[in-house]
Amino acid sequence: MDHVEEPRSQPKVGVNCSEAVHVLYHFLDGELTPERKLLIEYHLDACYHCVEAFEFEIELRELIKQRCQEQVPDELRLRIKDLLATEAAGPGTKGGGSTF
Amino acid sequence: MADQATFADQAMEHMPSLYAAAMRMTRNRADAEDLVQETYLKAYRAFGGFQEGTNLRAWLYRILTNTFINIYRAKKRRPDESNLDDVEDLYLYRRLGALEAAQAGRSAEDEVLDSFTETEVKSALEALPEQFRMAVLLADVEGFQYKEIAEILDIPIGTVMSRLHRGRRALQKSLFEFGRQRRLVDQPVAQP
Repeated sequence: MDHVEEPRSQPKVGVNCSEAVHVLYHFLDGELTPERKLLIEYHLDACYHCVEAFEFEIELRELIKQRCQEQVPDELRLRIKDLLATEAAGPGTKGGGSTF
Repeated sequence: MADQATFADQAMEHMPSLYAAAMRMTRNRADAEDLVQETYLKAYRAFGGFQEGTNLRAWLYRILTNTFINIYRAKKRRPDESNLDDVEDLYLYRRLGALEAAQAGRSAEDEVLDSFTETEVKSALEALPEQFRMAVLLADVEGFQYKEIAEILDIPIGTVMSRLHRGRRALQKSLFEFGRQRRLVDQPVAQP
């Protein structure tokens, strides 16, 4: 179903659907001013079409985050520990600072 | 002034997310490993200049990003301001919504979202031109605020916002294409 503006669902004061969608990312990113944020929240209270769209974007973001995790190879972790230990013990440093 | 002796205690815990970011940046494991290693070495050496109590994670990402840009971008010489297909807001939601309507009300959106594999999501992100990929990665995977991203990438906040906006939409388009290839969303979509 397309996302259409529903005049009946509009609060008397505030933003319409296209204005809400326009700042969707700023809203979800927590980057709106408190006043603007409140206006969007008023709109979402009254418009389930926009709530669905906003929720979809939230879920998509969760998905992206979840699917992009990586396991650090043990070998890399060890290599870096060794490297830092060598650095700490190396000339030019005060030594004794190693915690490895 | 931060004490180098405490570096490992503070910095090692950030390795999983730095490594994941390095994988998305370099798109291969060997380069990602080298990039993370180089980042830790540089960070260790520069740690004396790190202000205790400020954001260590953002500081490490800044080193990671600079190292990537200096070493790997020079090596690869990719075209930079690539032409990114621009699509409308809510691209994926609307496309999947059209599908849902065609299938008489099944909640297709959630199902399709869930079905995207790790490989598909990673490929979609990695397919973005570098500047858009970095912005989306830092915001959506790593959860940085606009201001932090601006500092990490050394670009104005307005640029962060526009790269993020376009990058996210392009990512949605690319995910939709994966869905279509898998014939998950292969129905002719009822709208242009």
